[in-house]
Amino acid sequence: MSKQRVVVVGNGMVGHKYIETLLESDLRDQFEITTFSEEPRVAYDRVHLSSYFENGDADSLALTTLAFYQDNGVKVHLGDKVVGIDLEAKQLTSEKGETIGYDKLVLATGSYPFVPPIEGNDRDNCFVYRTIEDLEAMTAAAKDAKVGVVVGGGLLGLEAAKAVKDMGLQAHVVEFAPRLMAVQVDEGGGALLQSKIEELGVGVHTSKATSKIVAGEDCLHRMEFADGEHLETDMILFSAGIRPQDELARSSGLTVGPRGGIEINNQCLTSDPDVYAIGECALWNNRIFGLVAPGYQMAKIAAGHLVEEIAQSGELHSFTGADMSTKLKLMGVDVASIGDAHGTTPGANVYTYFDQPSQVYKKIVVDDKNEKLLGAVLIGDAEDYGTLLQYMLNGIHLPEFPDTLILPQRGDDTQTGLGVAALPETAQICSCHDVSKGDIRAAMDAGCCSVGDVKTETKAATGCGGCAALLTNLVNHELEERGVEVNHDLCEHFPYTRQEIYHLVRVGNIKSFAELLEKHGTGHGCEICKPAVGSIMASCWNEYVLKDEHIGLQDTNDIYLGNMQKDGTYSIVPRVAGGEITADKLIVLGEVAKEYGLYTKITGGQRIDLFGAQLHELPLIWKQLVDAGFETGHAYGKSLRTVKSCVGSTWCRYGVDDSVGLAIEVEDRYKGLRSPHKIKFAVSGCTRECAEAQCKDVGIIATENGWNMYVCGNGGMKPRHADLFATDLDKATLIKYIDRFLMFYIRTADRLQRTSVWFDNLEGGMDYLKDVIINDSLGLGEELEAEMASNIDTYQCEWATTLEDPEKLKRFSHFINSDATDSEVVFVEERGQIRPANETEKSELIAKAS
Amino acid sequence: MTQATNWTPVCALTDIAPNTGVCALVNGQQVALFRLADSEAVYAIGNYDPAGKANVLSRGLIADLDGVLSVASPLYKQHYCLKSGNCQEDETLSVPTYEVRLNEGQIEVAA
Repeated sequence: MSKQRVVVVGNGMVGHKYIETLLESDLRDQFEITTFSEEPRVAYDRVHLSSYFENGDADSLALTTLAFYQDNGVKVHLGDKVVGIDLEAKQLTSEKGETIGYDKLVLATGSYPFVPPIEGNDRDNCFVYRTIEDLEAMTAAAKDAKVGVVVGGGLLGLEAAKAVKDMGLQAHVVEFAPRLMAVQVDEGGGALLQSKIEELGVGVHTSKATSKIVAGEDCLHRMEFADGEHLETDMILFSAGIRPQDELARSSGLTVGPRGGIEINNQCLTSDPDVYAIGECALWNNRIFGLVAPGYQMAKIAAGHLVEEIAQSGELHSFTGADMSTKLKLMGVDVASIGDAHGTTPGANVYTYFDQPSQVYKKIVVDDKNEKLLGAVLIGDAEDYGTLLQYMLNGIHLPEFPDTLILPQRGDDTQTGLGVAALPETAQICSCHDVSKGDIRAAMDAGCCSVGDVKTETKAATGCGGCAALLTNLVNHELEERGVEVNHDLCEHFPYTRQEIYHLVRVGNIKSFAELLEKHGTGHGCEICKPAVGSIMASCWNEYVLKDEHIGLQDTNDIYLGNMQKDGTYSIVPRVAGGEITADKLIVLGEVAKEYGLYTKITGGQRIDLFGAQLHELPLIWKQLVDAGFETGHAYGKSLRTVKSCVGSTWCRYGVDDSVGLAIEVEDRYKGLRSPHKIKFAVSGCTRECAEAQCKDVGIIATENGWNMYVCGNGGMKPRHADLFATDLDKATLIKYIDRFLMFYIRTADRLQRTSVWFDNLEGGMDYLKDVIINDSLGLGEELEAEMASNIDTYQCEWATTLEDPEKLKRFSHFINSDATDSEVVFVEERGQIRPANETEKSELIAKAS
Repeated sequence: MTQATNWTPVCALTDIAPNTGVCALVNGQQVALFRLADSEAVYAIGNYDPAGKANVLSRGLIADLDGVLSVASPLYKQHYCLKSGNCQEDETLSVPTYEVRLNEGQIEVAA
């Protein structure tokens, strides 16, 4: 059978999901896939569009790359719109004049923003909020603007208002309905939401119908309202809902609904048996689904249907509607809406809880028998979302007094949390990635035994993160069920976790491994506990790591203050703070490398690595380096490595702030800090982010108003994009947060756990971390800062110390009883420098010599 | 090795920091010596790591695994028993062991 020509019109989130699903199927070779996008780029994350304003980076929103499509044989037509379909001939024509045939056609044309028919809506600086291009235009206009108005107080409108505010404009929301988020939230919730949003400095104008937009007096525009009032603004953003993009379908003769939308059946097929429609352009049962999760569901069902048709497996999946429940944080306010939020089901009963001082509003809607949950609204505190959603989705029987689900638990006798055991196998735990309880159990059967493992394996809780608490409960419950007693002991010598040992050392004022072993451990220790304890001692007391009582704890690299290479020689990395180095120092490095015949390479951390030094050469080389003003770079330690920087505002035409200056200051502050694993920083001088700070443990990016701080990023084997932690910080606050963050990590992480993995396993995630660091919820702030201050005060260059101690220097010799060197260390030349000889070369050279 | 043992003095016990190792050159062979803390026990094994293929074992960490004293190779962390020379992770690998004794504070090795 020849390949099926599948053409996907529209390369948004849903169109991409469809292609991804086809590519994942066993029959992927049966398909020749082509996709068209009228936008100039491949699929990106429209849901998190407003994050573009936080980092100004379109690439970070990308869901895929052109290279991915090319590698998988998908033909992509970017910036080309399909303008005609000939259903008879099974042919498409595009704006650029392409004509191509198809066997199966998938319409994923999405929706377009509805712009109310108001006179003047086409004036300058009136925008919609849909594509990256829209945002770029808004950003440009915002430069000369003071006030921005968003028309529409729905979910997207409030997101847009945040974006307007983040751009430094005075923001207003104008809503036609009498409350914000009218679809998802009831009157009580809407009122609270409004007051919370007003508190944040955003003007909210409800029950306002705009009659026309005219030239303003103080601003560019004046919006005139039906009630006679008016509002002046420089910029207007329409976010008043979406309409299905069904023009192409309509003109080609496919059946569309009376109010728009391409009609589809349960398999997402349109009125033509070879044409599917999925996502926001599709009309199922007279409903349009304006969320991404149902779109993804349709993509999977449509792709599955096509695969089934070829495989004849008889497995038919159906789209049966979608749950439109949502939970999100709008400008820092938790908002959640589940099912029948307005209680419109006949006979429904409502329970409401309103805590005015704490600004929390909760409502549940239950059926007439008080047995099943129908819907809920949560404002100000959405922690119960996961539990309530499971009650609703799985029809779980409510407790005798349903109001206990939303009333605060003040005594210890009210345990209302839903036992995860009660959930059926099919219960969807993560709606972003469609992960069920059964999927999670299967992952655990296959060997996952921590929340972190399960997240990596199933992607659960890696979307919006709303299900993280529920996931943790489930994983813990499953572990218990399996009789797995998870052993977190450091090793056979210490029945404690690293975190516990840290506390034992700190609280017990323990200064040596021997003392710790005597008080809390057994045996002689091993290569697991020794370096871990060595690191903890260093983090707590910051003593010289080669001190007699510590030297036996140091791992391969620390014990000789160098990085051991495969042939037993070492590499040397002096500190070059922020990557800034003088010509004189560069010359010293060159001279030293030349004198000792070292191989030199520039590292990824903006320093220079000198390879091939033998033990006895280390002190000689370091003597010259220290004399020239260099310090150890701690490249050998689990400690702060480098603070990478771009050249910043000092030289760069685009630089916003002095990234090099800050990088040097930060590197000097934290140099020598021993930690559970290595720590890397970067500082970028503007949002172009040339220092790549968003893949570092701590990333700092200059903004017009200060510094943005990112945390827990990682490059390497398992890259992790850093999370935005705080924005527009002044330097003192930034340093305070970094002090606290690093010490909190050092206290609580496992051994050899980078901040990225630590964070993925941190219960409570980003909200919790912010609470601890920014709001000081544990009351630890000053303690953490004091611990950091003590570390900074006791800094020493370990090489300078070592050079002054003849006893220590004795160890830097290959033989204790001879000045001979290791005859197995043999170099050959390559590209004008040395490298270790391989086995064959070695035996040839040795044969020649003898 | 029962015939006339040829003892070579290499260094003083105190030349080795407790819980670490050093390498000695004894009759052309590289011998890794390890000193335990708080005792006069000294162990001697070959310095060449057959897994990592380099002369580095004296620079490894001393590890106690279920009561068996070993050195963890600094390259790829294989454990070699300080008494038998056997590699714990790969039974086809082992390193030679040497007799060692203390003579008036001096370490002597038979190799």
